[in-house]
Formats: sequence, structure tokens, C-alpha cells
Amino acid sequence: MATITTPAQQRAIEMNNLARKQRSLWGDAFWRLRRNKAAMLGLGIIITAALLAIFAPLIAPYDPIIQNTKAANADPFFAGTKYVDSNYLLGSDQLGRDILSRLIWSSRISMVVGLVPTTLVFVIGASLGMAAAFYGGWVDNLLMRFTDVIYAFPDLLFLIIIMATLRNTALGDLMGGLILMFAALAIVSWVGLARLVRGQVLSLKEKEFVEAARATGVPTRRIMVRHLFPNALAPVIVSLAFSIPGAMLAEATLSFIGIGIKPPTPTWGVMINEGFIVFAQSPWPVLLPGFCISLVMLAFTFLGDGLRDALDPRMKN
Amino acid sequence: MLKYTIRRLLLIIPTMFFVAAITFGLSRAAPGSPFDRNENRPLSQAAIDRLNRLYGIDRPIPEQFAIFIGNAVKLDFGSSLVRDTPVVEIIGRGLPVTAQLGVQALLLSLAISLPLGVISALKQNSAVDYASLFFATIGYTIPSFVIAIFLIFIFAVDLKLLPIVGWGDLRHMILPTVVLALGPAAVLTRITRASMLEAIRQDYVRTARSKGLREQVVVVGHVMKNAMIPVATIVGPVTAALITGSFIIEQIFSVPGVGRLYLVSINQRDYPVIMATTLLYAFLIMVANITVDIVYGVLDPRIKLAN
Amino acid sequence: MPELLEVKDLKTQFFTRDGVVHAVDGVSFELAAGETLGIVGESGCGKSVTALSLMRLIPNPPGKIVEGSIMFDGQDILKMDEDDVRAIRGNNIAMIFQDPMTSLNPVLTISRQISEALELHLKMDRAEARKRTVELLELVNIPSAKKRADDYPHQFSGGMRQRVMIAMALSCNPKLILADEPTTALDVTIQAQILDLLKNLGREFRTAFILITHDLGVVAGMTQRIHVMYGGQIVEKADTGELFANPKMPYTWGLLRSIPRLDESRKAKLLPIEGLPPDLIAPPPGCRFEPRCQYRREICSQQVPELRHIPNSKPDHEARCFGTQEGGWLVDTDWHKDTGSARELEAIKAEVADLPPEVKRAEAAQEEK
Repeated sequence: MATITTPAQQRAIEMNNLARKQRSLWGDAFWRLRRNKAAMLGLGIIITAALLAIFAPLIAPYDPIIQNTKAANADPFFAGTKYVDSNYLLGSDQLGRDILSRLIWSSRISMVVGLVPTTLVFVIGASLGMAAAFYGGWVDNLLMRFTDVIYAFPDLLFLIIIMATLRNTALGDLMGGLILMFAALAIVSWVGLARLVRGQVLSLKEKEFVEAARATGVPTRRIMVRHLFPNALAPVIVSLAFSIPGAMLAEATLSFIGIGIKPPTPTWGVMINEGFIVFAQSPWPVLLPGFCISLVMLAFTFLGDGLRDALDPRMKN
Repeated sequence: MLKYTIRRLLLIIPTMFFVAAITFGLSRAAPGSPFDRNENRPLSQAAIDRLNRLYGIDRPIPEQFAIFIGNAVKLDFGSSLVRDTPVVEIIGRGLPVTAQLGVQALLLSLAISLPLGVISALKQNSAVDYASLFFATIGYTIPSFVIAIFLIFIFAVDLKLLPIVGWGDLRHMILPTVVLALGPAAVLTRITRASMLEAIRQDYVRTARSKGLREQVVVVGHVMKNAMIPVATIVGPVTAALITGSFIIEQIFSVPGVGRLYLVSINQRDYPVIMATTLLYAFLIMVANITVDIVYGVLDPRIKLAN
Repeated sequence: MPELLEVKDLKTQFFTRDGVVHAVDGVSFELAAGETLGIVGESGCGKSVTALSLMRLIPNPPGKIVEGSIMFDGQDILKMDEDDVRAIRGNNIAMIFQDPMTSLNPVLTISRQISEALELHLKMDRAEARKRTVELLELVNIPSAKKRADDYPHQFSGGMRQRVMIAMALSCNPKLILADEPTTALDVTIQAQILDLLKNLGREFRTAFILITHDLGVVAGMTQRIHVMYGGQIVEKADTGELFANPKMPYTWGLLRSIPRLDESRKAKLLPIEGLPPDLIAPPPGCRFEPRCQYRREICSQQVPELRHIPNSKPDHEARCFGTQEGGWLVDTDWHKDTGSARELEAIKAEVADLPPEVKRAEAAQEEK
């Protein structure tokens, strides 16, 4: 039937509308993210924490491990009690260690604990997920059953078992328990990402442009990397953005129970654990690291939400 | 629908098997035996060896596992190595406590989050909306143990209103339940609000209004019926989070439930208890997820009839 | 005969972050009982917003009906309070929407969705409503109506879902039905069936229709009168036959020219309307169509032409064009042969050429096809 505008006209109109807000998918998302104040605030906090982490040895006034029992249990300068010691800005814990320094050094561990397992999760999960989706058949089936089992295992439970049982072995001693922590977090979390990636690739596999690439003789692996990968990326990015605080929280929880990072290495979770013992006398050794970890978690949540909103294609106009 | 359910239920068995295998392997991977590090009654090596032989801990691991599976199928999980009471009995004492804590927390979080999510969606950008977003963000980002300590400090130490440890009466139950409920409540509020906002934008809402229905009827009869479906599916993962979250809460407040038992038994290498509780938790979480899938299938006619 | 519907100077605007969108900018028309009126225009010209305004279904932020009157059955809809408007919706005026998949609630049965209005407006009880629902489904030719009434929307095909929407619209015997692109989402063969159905039902129940579409073919067979909309305004009003035989506005000429004809040679080029639709946030000071009009003169960009009767045409034929109105330079133009000034065409193309390279590349690619 006859229509008012020809296809050529419609295309011109579409293209012009697009040109009025002339951006690519990534540019568009980036611009939207920048407009999101909460996300930018979060990013700012994360960058600050990262800087603190990197320059910890230069910034922290004291060594976080050395004890000085004579100066123990001082309060932070703003507490207004008589236990304030001017040497220790945020007070000292029951072993006389400077809380401020410990907080700064803790950000190092926490950042690393957030990033390293997430990277491992990405590498393992994404490659397995892509392989499963692309090769299909028994490879896919095997992976799916495997992930079903791991999925059924409650995360925290799995972590607790791994940490508790392997903590006192040689593996657990590497780098003060960090290597084990990385491994445990990665093992428990890769499943979710693998499934996500597999789902994305499966839905993309059906799309026409894979046919087109195949028809022009592009080899299989190149199809996977060049064509499927970038399009599946958006939800993966969001998932990774939320993985980082997830890993940090898990480490803090495990350290709080006492089966996480080994003392005297400071992490916020470890500090809360130690502070819990004396908190009836003074809440500060608990509240200060608690505040730090909450702040960083909040920052990542804002950023993650912002990324999700920015990359969601449905939100276009 | 029925076929799907049965398939999911059957899948529990091999999954539990693997969970058991992994747990078994890991718990045996730790060096030493449960009788080694015992400050209360330090034992001679000979005594330790005898106990190991008695409890079969010196046998090769695959053999131990086979024995375990054989007994587990009969629901015989042996006796605790530390307390010499049947595992089933020990768990039986702790389970009602944990169950009560969990159910209370779940109900509380639903009671808070559903109305809050709906109202803040309907009155977007109002004071209620901002308050609920704030609350949801707090509950979601601050770790539960930090909130727990914070609340303990205010209510128990400072105001001396509530006890810190123990379980039994209402006063003891308030703090643990509230803290446990906060995380799930935050997540549920966000999801409910997002789901309502999504549903209210749909075309069928315009159709409903075009028929002259009152706004209240549109919201409840049309919007909420759709919006609650994604919320219902989230209840599964939320319940799983509740179950795992209860470990920490029980530890902090010394609630005599299965969670605390679990953490203690891991420290003590009390293998029978570790295995039994792990399997129990895995089972509960699987059941929770399957239940949610079934409920989802019942609620959404597009799924119900597709199978 | 008193008109069923009289719209005077309707203005609906949307207040957005980028500015105020003048979606409907001074629209006036009438409709008699039992009549079928077609409103045609391209996407964004304001026809759907007009229909939604008639039922006061414009979402309140960000939209608002800022001016005008809508006299329905003697009463001004825009002055009624909310309860009275609701009493009219679904009852005296009903609407059929474009996409039947998303316009029906997926978790409620068809029977429930139709009965709702019956129970509300006609005060039927469950049993009566149910009986009437089945009757309505049979009326729109849904097979096994009694059984299918308990089905859900996703269990129906696209065409059947649209029939359900029609049944829903007819349920309370409305005097007026607004059909917003009722066939756009359907296959061509189904389109014909649905249009036929609408026509027959309209005749049987003497319902007035406003048929909104961008498809000239759809209105040709269905309507008695047609109003052409462009840029938020009505630019031509005429009886259906008259509009096709004797159009009097360059935009309408452009539309009719761009329709491919079976009896043309295959090599003949399509004549599109060059240029782009107007920006409704900052509409031009003169005629809205002027930037794309090959017959334009200076006055066109300076003043907005009024909708006036056109010489050499039937009595109710009106158009909004200085050129075709009394004393204009297009009064005797034969639009089949005279496609306007080539120089103006070049100027329009040059303005279009100011677009960013991506747009031009896309257009070039489109040309090559």
C-alpha cells in the first residue's frame, strides 16, 4: 500500500535524528555516564582510594604493623575524650598501631582484592563462556552441568570452606593469605560471568552479521574476537563493575569472621574484627574501617549503577 | 510445567553429590586431624592415632568418602567428633533457631520493601522516593556486620535497651532479625521500585486508562500484577543470601543456630558436622531456587502455558 | 445536524529538557455521528497526540493541553473533572491502539480485559459481562470464542489480537472510536481483513470513526473525509475522493507523487519530498512546509497561512497554502506536470547537503539500492 514517506526519506530522517546527537554507542554511553553525578562521585572516591593505595608507603604516617603498646587505645582527634593522642590522628588500636596508617594500607589490599579476582573471573569466565556458546554440543553441555553444580553451592559457604581448610597450608601462607584469597574468590565467582557471556554470545550467534562474516571467509576465532566480543561486552562490563565490590565485601566478611587475610596484614575486615573485641570501650576502631569500606562499596555501587544506565540500549532517548 | 519441575528436582541429587565431594575433598585437604589442636585436652600422638583409627580418619580419602555417601543416603551422618552426639541431633537443635531467624527476617524485609518500593515508584522524586532510595542504598552497600556493630553500639551499649548476645525472647530477637533483614530489604525495594516504574510505562496501562478505569484499579489490577513477577523471582536469590547472611549474624549475636555451629565446626575440623551442615545449606538453597522458579511459572501465564 | 464532535483550536504541548514541543498547534475540526474521518500525516506530525488529547490521555508530566475546546455531545471534555472524563472513556469514546501485542495486558485473560469495561460502565455482573464478551468476540470473528475468551494475549496471533482490541473498543457501544494506526503492525493480508471488519461494524452500529494513519491507501477505501496533518497543524481538509482527485496543497502533491504507480515505467524515478520534517520545539515563523516546498515564495517564510477554502474545488475543501488560496500563484497549477521551480529544488537540496557526512553517506547508500 502507498505510504506518505518513501524508504529513502525515512532513512534520511532517521540519519538526521541520529546526527543531531552524533555519537557512537560507546561515545553515547560515556557522555551519559559523565552526566550521572552519583556515578562521577563514586568514580572520584574510587580514584582517591586508588591513589591512597598506590602511594600508601609515602602517605601513611606510621608503619601499620609495628606495635607500640604504650600508646594503645587512643581515640581519634575529633572524639573529644581524654584519650586523644596527638601523634595518632585517628587513634590507635589495642596493640598501639596507628589506625590512620592501617586504614591507608588497608585500601591497598582491598583494591587489589577487588581487582585481581575480578580479572581472573573475567579471563576464565569469558573464555569458557564464549567457548561453550560457540562450540555448542557436548562442550556446552559439560560446562552447563559443571556450572550448575558450582552455582548450587552457596557462595559464602564455598568461600568459608576453601579459606578455612586451606588457610593453614603452604598455599595459604603465600603473601599473607592473599594468593589463596584471590584463588578462592575467583573459583567461586567465575560461574556467573561464564553464564552471562555464554548467554550473550548465544543470542548474538543468531544475528545476521555473523553469517555475513562467515560468508566472506573470516576464520572462526576471528569471528569470536572481532565480531561477537564487542557486542556482548556491555552487560559484562556492568557485571564486572559489581564484581569488584562483591569481592571486597567477601574478603571483609571472611576477615571479620577470622578466616580471611592473616594478621598482621591490615585490611578493613581484619581491622573490624580486631576492633570488635574492644568496641564496648571504644567504637572507633570498628567504626572507622567500617566507614571506609562502606564508602568504597557505595562508590562502586554508584558507578556500577551509572554504567548500567549508560550502557543500556533501551535507555536511548 | 510438571516435567520441568520434576527435572529440576531430580537434578538436586547429582548436584548434592558433587557438593559433598568437593566439601569432603577440601575438608580433608587441610593437614592434621581434628584431634590435633585441642588446647583443652592435649593428647599424645598415640592417643591421636588411636582416635584417628577409631573414627576411620586414617583410611584413604576415597574410601572415607564412599563410606560417608553410603551412610548419608540413609541419613546417617554419624556423630560429632567433638561432642560425641549424633550430628542429626545437633543440627536438629540449631535448625529451628536459624529457621525462625530466617523466616522472620524474610517476612520483615518483604513487609518493608514491597510497600516502600510501590509507593516510591508511584510518587517518583518525592520525599518518600528519596528516602527509600537512600535506605536501599545504605542497606545494599554497608556490610551487614558493620550495620550490626553500629546498631549494637547504639541500642545495647549506649542506650542499653537490648541485649547483645543470646536468643530466646523478643528482646533478643529484634537486633539479629532487623540486621539480617536489611540487606534483602534494600535489594527488594530497589527491584520493586524499578519493576513498578517499568510496568507503569507499558502500553497496556494506557489501554486500561482509555477504558475509563480508576487510577487505583489500574495500578493494582494491571500494573502490580505485572510488576510483582520479577520481584517474585528475586526472592529466590534473596533467600539464598539470607541463608548465607545468617552465618555472620549468628556469629555476632551468638545465636545458637546452625550457622554458628557451622563456623565453630570448621574451626574444630568436626568433619561429620561440616559435611552435614554443608549439604543441608546447599539443599535449602536449591529448594528455594526451585520454588521460586515454580512460583514464577505459576504467576506468569506466558511461561505457564509455554511448557 | 448538530455535530458529534467539535474540536476548536486544540493546542497540546510537551515540556521537555530540550524545550517546549508544540506537538498539536491549533487544530480544529468537526465530526458528525456515524461518519468516518481520516487523519493522515507522517510520524511526528501530531496525529496520535491529537487523538490522545481527545480522551485526555496525555501523560501529565511532561505533556499538557494548553488551549482549545473539545465539544463532545454538547459538553467540553477539557472542562470536565476527572470522574466525568473517566465515565466517557471506554464508554462513549473508545480507542484502538497501534500495537496489539503491547497494548494488551499479558497477565490477564482476554475475557477479563473486555469484561472490565462492561462491568464498569454498563454495570453488568460477572456472568452477564462474560456472556457479552463472548458475543463480542464472535462479532469480530474470533473462532471458538467461548473457549478462547479465557486465553491470554500471547496465545493469539497479531491479527486476532487486534480483533480483540476492536471487540474491547466496541464493548460499551461507543459513539466514537479513535483508531490509531490500527493496521500498521499487521501483515498486508491481515490489514485488509481488519479494515473490512471496522467498516462493517461501523456501519452496523453507526459508530463514528477517526482513522489515524500514515498510509494513504488505508484511508482511500475507508473514509468519507480526510484531514492532512503536517508539523502539528492541519494543512488540508477535503472529502476523500476530492483529495485524491484534486489536491490543493504542495505537501499533498508531494505525497501523492511519491507513491509508486503500477502503470509507470520501471525506470521512472521516485519523486521523494526532499528535506526533513520541522523541529516542533522551534517551529519556523512561516508555513511549516516552506523549507521543503518547491513552489515557495517569499511570503511563505514570513507568515503562517490560514486554513481557507480553495478556489476551483468542492465547497468544504480547505488548504493551508498561500499559493493555492484565492489570488495565489498555484491556483491553476497542474500538479501532475508542474513539479515546481528547479532552482528551489536545488536550494532545498543544498540545505539538506549541510547535513553531517554520515547522513549523506547513508543517503547515498540508500540511493544505490
